[in-house]
Amino acid sequence: MARRYREIGKAGWGYTLITTLVGLVYFSPVLWIILTAFKTRTDALAVPPKLFFTPTLDNFVSVFYRSSITTGSSQATDMALYFFNSIFIAGTSVGLALIVGTLAAYAFSRYPLKGNDTYLFIILTTRMMPPIVVIIPIFLMFRLSGLAGSYWGIILLYTAFNIPFSVWLVKSFFDELNPEIEDAARMDGASESRVFFRFCIPQILAGLAATFVFGLILTWNEFLFALLLTGVETRTVPVAMARTLGGEVGVDYGLLAAIVTLFLLPIFFVTFLLQNQLLRGVTFGTVKK
Amino acid sequence: MADAANGRGGFGAWLLDPKRRGALLVTPAITILFVMNIFPLLWSFGLSFFNYKASSLRVPSFRGLSNYERVLTDDKVWERFQTTAIIVGSSVILQLIIGFLLALMFAKAFPMRRIVLMLVLTPMMLSFVSVGVFFKLFYEPTFGVVSYLLSNFSDERFVVMGSPAGAIAGIVIADAWMWSPFVMLLVLAGLVSVPKYLYEAAEIDRASAWRRFWTITFPYIKSLLLLAVLFRTIETFKLFDIVYIITEGGPGSSTETIAVYLYRTAFQFFQTSQSSALAYIVLFIVVVMTNLYLYTVNRRAEEVN
Repeated sequence: MARRYREIGKAGWGYTLITTLVGLVYFSPVLWIILTAFKTRTDALAVPPKLFFTPTLDNFVSVFYRSSITTGSSQATDMALYFFNSIFIAGTSVGLALIVGTLAAYAFSRYPLKGNDTYLFIILTTRMMPPIVVIIPIFLMFRLSGLAGSYWGIILLYTAFNIPFSVWLVKSFFDELNPEIEDAARMDGASESRVFFRFCIPQILAGLAATFVFGLILTWNEFLFALLLTGVETRTVPVAMARTLGGEVGVDYGLLAAIVTLFLLPIFFVTFLLQNQLLRGVTFGTVKK
Repeated sequence: MADAANGRGGFGAWLLDPKRRGALLVTPAITILFVMNIFPLLWSFGLSFFNYKASSLRVPSFRGLSNYERVLTDDKVWERFQTTAIIVGSSVILQLIIGFLLALMFAKAFPMRRIVLMLVLTPMMLSFVSVGVFFKLFYEPTFGVVSYLLSNFSDERFVVMGSPAGAIAGIVIADAWMWSPFVMLLVLAGLVSVPKYLYEAAEIDRASAWRRFWTITFPYIKSLLLLAVLFRTIETFKLFDIVYIITEGGPGSSTETIAVYLYRTAFQFFQTSQSSALAYIVLFIVVVMTNLYLYTVNRRAEEVN
């Protein structure tokens, strides 16, 4: 973002020091979670809370391997499967929504239909709508059609949830391109698909990437539908996390913290790389820089 | 696409006609939306007029508007709406204040800005479940950090989640912490859209900082602030995950938001029809708010141009 903004004034290292302190205070709950991930069970629950402790990687190991108390042998947990599910389900559905949404966004931007705004409004409403409103019929639909617990059911559902967002965001990128260049290409005899794939798409690649990341953040973290519609085999990490809460021997916060940390890392790095595009994403593409 | 249409007759040519290209490109998106969103919505609309329980095999019977009547005259429902309003109101106000202050902080260019900004943006990237789980731990009476910090200020042990007011405050703080960065991003967009020459002119006029803010900065961020309020109100109105994990609506029903209540009536008590009716009332409210949101977006677009 730094490069794109015309900032108000410049400040020096003193300012950096102050903002870093504020930033760290704001970040401290996350920092606490990350620290907890490196604590032993006793350290995690120490009173008063321990700021200094001997770090251990045990929690990260036990996310994936659990040693049995009776036999002493270690056994793989299902967590690797849940991580795979989260990546697979979110990745596929956001990718599908991006493809389908980009086509629609191109149409909305270049071939305005009658009642264009109405369609766009309906699309936006489906995104703003509380998921709880549609969840009853979707639950019944999935139960009747046997989609409940399958990958395709949840992927299709998440695709639908990402389409409004993709359409609005990608449309804002298409709107910014100069259509005269496209017309010039057409005059030179370029086919429609060539105009679309060779001229338009390359120009908005960064925007498409940002759209993908945003969809990913939203889908990656979705809980309610995943809770009701995934089965044992297709469970995602947020659902698995919520289930870890109901342990018989008390909640293992060190383990949970390790899961949260691992779950945050991919999104964190991708966001860092695409910070410049972030603003458009949070505002749905409705606000230009 | 056009070359595929060339030299072909019949349905293919008709379908790929340039006149229909727009409609054709929109079709896949609309189809998926129809199957997964609009069709369920219509189904749920139908259900709201019947007497149907998802947990029983009884044949549903038509009940007309009685479900709506029952929902709208239920004191419990009004109580849940009030709880939701309190949580939404206080959380959005808190987000505005924090977000605004953060935006002022980041409006200046300074070394390592990108990295510091990332620290502040992280809460938005956490899942609701992670935030819920860990705020629950922070508030935990025996070994929670918040409870420990609070115990330094009072002799009596304060159980954050023990009282209705404490529980609501706990949820509001968690939600506001998670989403203030969003408000910050919006306000930041407004702050940097202010033309620089206005400030330079103000400098020549020796206008005070306060005056500069009200006459130059504020008009530019007014519509974005409104946008932030509307968007966050719509989103907080749907608040489910954090509440469900931190308090499960308790103590008593003091933090049961409308979304949690809907979930309960639909999936714990299986009052499918009644919850559909309530869902439609909620949807109506959201559509009204979305209209306001779009109206503001359009006004902002006009302002910028």
